[in-house]
Amino acid sequence: MINLLIEPLQFEFMQRSLIVAILVGLICAVVGSYLLVQRLALLGDAISHSVLPGLAIAYWAGINLFVGAFLSGMLGTTIIAWIRTKSPIKEDAAMGIVLSTFFAAGVTLITLIQKDNKIDLNHFLFGNILGVTWGDVRDTAIIAIIVTLVVRLLYKELLFYTFDPEGAQVAGLPVNALNFGLMSLISLTVVASLKAVGVVLVLALLITPGATAYLLVNRLNQVMALGAGIGILSSISGMYLSYWVNLPSGPAIALVASGFFTLAFLFSPQYGLLTQRRSALR
Amino acid sequence: MFMPSLQSSPARAFQPARIATHSTEAIAPIRVSHLDVFYRDLHALEDISVAVKPGKLTGIVGPNGAGKSTLMKAMLGLIPAAQGEVSWGRESLLAQRERLAYLPQRAQIDWRYPATAWDVVMMGRVRKSGWLRKFSSTSKHAAKAALKRVGMEEFAYRPIGQLSGGQQQRIFLARALAQEADVLFLDEPLTGVDKKTEAVLFDILHELADEGKVVLAVHHDLGPTIKNFDEVILLNREVISSGVRDEVLQSEFMQRAYGGWVGAAA
Repeated sequence: MINLLIEPLQFEFMQRSLIVAILVGLICAVVGSYLLVQRLALLGDAISHSVLPGLAIAYWAGINLFVGAFLSGMLGTTIIAWIRTKSPIKEDAAMGIVLSTFFAAGVTLITLIQKDNKIDLNHFLFGNILGVTWGDVRDTAIIAIIVTLVVRLLYKELLFYTFDPEGAQVAGLPVNALNFGLMSLISLTVVASLKAVGVVLVLALLITPGATAYLLVNRLNQVMALGAGIGILSSISGMYLSYWVNLPSGPAIALVASGFFTLAFLFSPQYGLLTQRRSALR
Repeated sequence: MFMPSLQSSPARAFQPARIATHSTEAIAPIRVSHLDVFYRDLHALEDISVAVKPGKLTGIVGPNGAGKSTLMKAMLGLIPAAQGEVSWGRESLLAQRERLAYLPQRAQIDWRYPATAWDVVMMGRVRKSGWLRKFSSTSKHAAKAALKRVGMEEFAYRPIGQLSGGQQQRIFLARALAQEADVLFLDEPLTGVDKKTEAVLFDILHELADEGKVVLAVHHDLGPTIKNFDEVILLNREVISSGVRDEVLQSEFMQRAYGGWVGAAA
């Protein structure tokens, strides 16, 4: 049994991907908690699909992939906000339009450059643990430090803003800047997660661990901390599963996270389907 | 400086000194002049000019769709105004946001947000604490005193989703108290609220008015609760009348605001 855990560690690629998995599990849950409480889960999906064209262009132009993906993700968010404010189209429809457009553009671009380069579209879509380099580990670590530091330093402002945006605006908080900061954090987190889970399933790490924790605890900081624990556990388990069963790492991680959610959904002391006290449901 | 024990009539004697700690002049009225608001093609508010006085409890009253909440939100800069300005003293109201507190309509808040009553009250201290800083012990004291003043100190660690509507409203009031604001705007504070909360709410609003603050509430109900207001702004897309309550609520004005039959019932 112990061997199952130790054996993969003799490979350097597995060490690298495990480090990335831990960092990504952590920051996805923390940042995803904000999406969860603002009921913006779909925005996480929209941003993650929006990074694809930037990824392709950066690859083709030889720029750092993280930079290209980040700019592309921010462009996607900006266009969503633009459509929503300048037309009667609602936010969810705007997200759907932007998500599919950027995703289609990304797939097209990658297919075009695939002919001349040895890259695999599937790796971008579903993650590729074999492809994690030490450079990726470094970049992921830098992003993880930035994200956790910003959330820690702006915690009280972001709590106020995400709970009661109008109250926060009246009290004089710069709500547009806070919103932009939050979107940047989400884009950064998505970018850092691409190698581990891929574009299509980042949402699993952004939303599911936080949602699991939400069923178990009652304060945002607790949702983040417990969610991070569940996220880390999910991504480590997913990596091992991916190694032993030869699955792409993204689906493996997503399925483990869903497993934890199912447990909380059924057995949470407060809200569990099988365990709830009647009084807890209002 | 937060002293819940100094209220009602004895507090009046301390008033000038108390205000002097905030600014060199007494609290001025808020003046709205020639405010126009559009929702796309709909002229929601037309040429609104009105003053909201300090030391009084002022209600915005009018039929559904009269633009009561819209007026409040436009004054607070939450909805853009096509024209007009809102000034307070020598500056615009919005240049002095750190002195403003706002209780939104209950329906605008997600009550399943993972936060405790304490978390919400402490939001009133975010601006005072400043960026990158933790809450000071002064802030914690202010929050505790505010919770006590609304009778909710035992519920500090309760998740907000597990409180009743009235308790939730009192927590929001405590947040505004913790903020130590000089201007308090409330959007339909009595919606979904029990009798006890109603009493606590009006007691505190009267105390705040007695301290010389500006207190303005959108009020839906023309029943007995209207008697709590000193001044009324009667609105139906334009100001029908404003000033002392009983003068504004005469049948002539009410008929113009509500149309004949509702005015007669009130």
